[in-house]
Amino acid sequence: MLWMALHFRHLPLEVFARGTPEATPLAVAASSSRIAVIVATNRQSAERGVRCGMAVSAAWGLASDLRVVARDEAAERTVLRRVAAWALQFTSVSSVAEPMDVLLYVGGSLKLFGGLENLSERIRNGLADLGYEASIACAPTPLAAQLFACAGLDIRIRHPDTLRHELGKLPLSLLGCAPETAAMLDRFGIHTIGECFRLPRAGLTRRLGERFLDNLDRVLGRLPDPRPPFVPPPTFNAALPLPAPVEQSAALLFAGRRLLAELCGFMTAAGSSVQRLSLALSHEDHADTRVTVSLVAATRDLDHLTTVLRERLARLALPRPAIAIALAAEQFFPLAARSLSFLPDVYECAETAARLIEQLRARLGDRAVCGLTALADHRPECAWQACEPGKGSVSAIPDASFSRPLWLFATPRRLEEAASSPCWEGPLSLLAGPERIETGWWDENHVARDYFVARNPAQSLLWIYREHDAEGKWYLHGLFS
Amino acid sequence: MATPSLDTVFNHPAIWRGNDCARVALPSVPTGYAELDILLPGGGWPAGALTEICRERSGIGELQLIMPAAARLSHAGRWIIIIAPPHIPYAPALAAHGVQLSRLMLVRPEADKEKFWACEQALRSACCGAVLMWTDHSRERSIRRLQLAAERGGALAMLFRSSRAIPLVTAALRLHIGKSDGKAIVRILKRRGGGIPAPIALDLHGKQAGHGIPVRRPAPAYARSPAPTHKSRL
Repeated sequence: MLWMALHFRHLPLEVFARGTPEATPLAVAASSSRIAVIVATNRQSAERGVRCGMAVSAAWGLASDLRVVARDEAAERTVLRRVAAWALQFTSVSSVAEPMDVLLYVGGSLKLFGGLENLSERIRNGLADLGYEASIACAPTPLAAQLFACAGLDIRIRHPDTLRHELGKLPLSLLGCAPETAAMLDRFGIHTIGECFRLPRAGLTRRLGERFLDNLDRVLGRLPDPRPPFVPPPTFNAALPLPAPVEQSAALLFAGRRLLAELCGFMTAAGSSVQRLSLALSHEDHADTRVTVSLVAATRDLDHLTTVLRERLARLALPRPAIAIALAAEQFFPLAARSLSFLPDVYECAETAARLIEQLRARLGDRAVCGLTALADHRPECAWQACEPGKGSVSAIPDASFSRPLWLFATPRRLEEAASSPCWEGPLSLLAGPERIETGWWDENHVARDYFVARNPAQSLLWIYREHDAEGKWYLHGLFS
Repeated sequence: MATPSLDTVFNHPAIWRGNDCARVALPSVPTGYAELDILLPGGGWPAGALTEICRERSGIGELQLIMPAAARLSHAGRWIIIIAPPHIPYAPALAAHGVQLSRLMLVRPEADKEKFWACEQALRSACCGAVLMWTDHSRERSIRRLQLAAERGGALAMLFRSSRAIPLVTAALRLHIGKSDGKAIVRILKRRGGGIPAPIALDLHGKQAGHGIPVRRPAPAYARSPAPTHKSRL
């Protein structure tokens, strides 16, 4: 048995502060009795002398530009659940231990992640990407891991004997016993858990009750301590309040990337991928700005998603500064497993192509990037069509006996006529033709034309046609490159 | 032991003669025109470098010139990206030249800045075989970025420019295409390994104009004359 506890000491603060890289003096206040008291401060405000337990008015006296926000415990609980879902990529069992802990059962993950050191390093870096800082401790029992993490000790204990020894050094206050029990132990002169262990068990039970003893037994693993496994929700929905209203897309991207990192962890845990994301930016006194990002292929690559989001945000015009950003993904697809190859292969090419298309579309718009497909129609303007890139095909094998130009004009250009022969930068000489195309009588675009290959004095090869009617006007329809 | 003759010494790959094209193993893609391949160092379009193709006029055969290489690359599963073409690249004609349409991407950015950005992203991507862009701008900074992106991605970077545009310093190969007697006259203005060879004439439109449709002068009363009509397939 090996449990890892993540203790989020700065959670009340991080809930508000993680949306931006630059830190301004910020403090979180909670109104416990009649006056509001500071419960968490960031480094910038602590440097100005703001301390926990101070009245808000006193804190403002020290730092006039201090931003004080009310503690949001519901948001903290949501964050713990989201971290538990994110952490499922490292383990099969995670559990939320309110108010500030997430527990991971890591006994089965050591081999895959290359040992406990590597695993905790990865988790620490991953949490930093999400904007959280946690003290991480490992111990054979969940409660012991929680105590060590709460004490802020970066400790990894795997053997029960070491556990007993290390636990002995911890102060009793960490156990969180009832005030009268704590006062009684204080009167006994007992301050650490180790001193408690040395006392006779029967006397301790009589004086302090079964509950206190059971807690000690759970820490040492003598009593079972089952934890409810966390079940991740089927959809992803995360919001991030911005500490200050944001106008620039770069600052939005920072917050967006935090959410994307969370989403990618969520998807790694589930082995799924996403093809459609919706992003909502909230404003003061204005309806939310909603952005939908659709991808060509399902992915869960953080860097790629970030690139796509960057281009989309750069294109976005905000009506008002944004005060919060929310990311939602509802439909997930299983990401097909495939073996890795030593050489660049077809899959990789397809993947990079999909990425390129998304990147270009995110900035230039969906219509600016397309593929070409050939259709079975004799009318030149109907024989091609824009399509999704990569979907282009030739439905009919082009008839090799008739030549087609590489360039087609979107609208045929009317040719001047001189001495009953067409002119375009000089009189044209006809090289080949006619090729009569007369079709389409069943729909609106009936054509009756005779096509010729022509050359002008400047040696350009042109594809021209003459309307097959009484007037017989000449048009230029294409260039042979 | 036979004394090596002067010719064998000259044929040594490490020896380069100033009046000759450098025979070095540069990564390249054959152009599909043997006459042109001989003149190019590496025997084809330089991969991972900028190629500047100056055309006298639009529609002189510049797209035709790279069709064999594009067909070859698209068959190998590499993408051909066409950025800001002056007209519509006509899909049936591209297919007739052997280009796989499923590996073709058309990008039409509105602003010039976006054009360069798209080109850079495409060149950087590992999936591209060739990136074709039509531009007359020659901002040194943007072009340099393209050069670096091309070196990284290893694709053919073809910039089509009018012959009035300022020549690019960073291009590894600069060609000029003119027309004379129905043939394309390709002049190499700059190549790696130095030396400027004599212009060559390529028959780009051999298949297009020479044979295919029997040449028939239309009669004056042409509109009434019988002509082959396609039976439309319903």
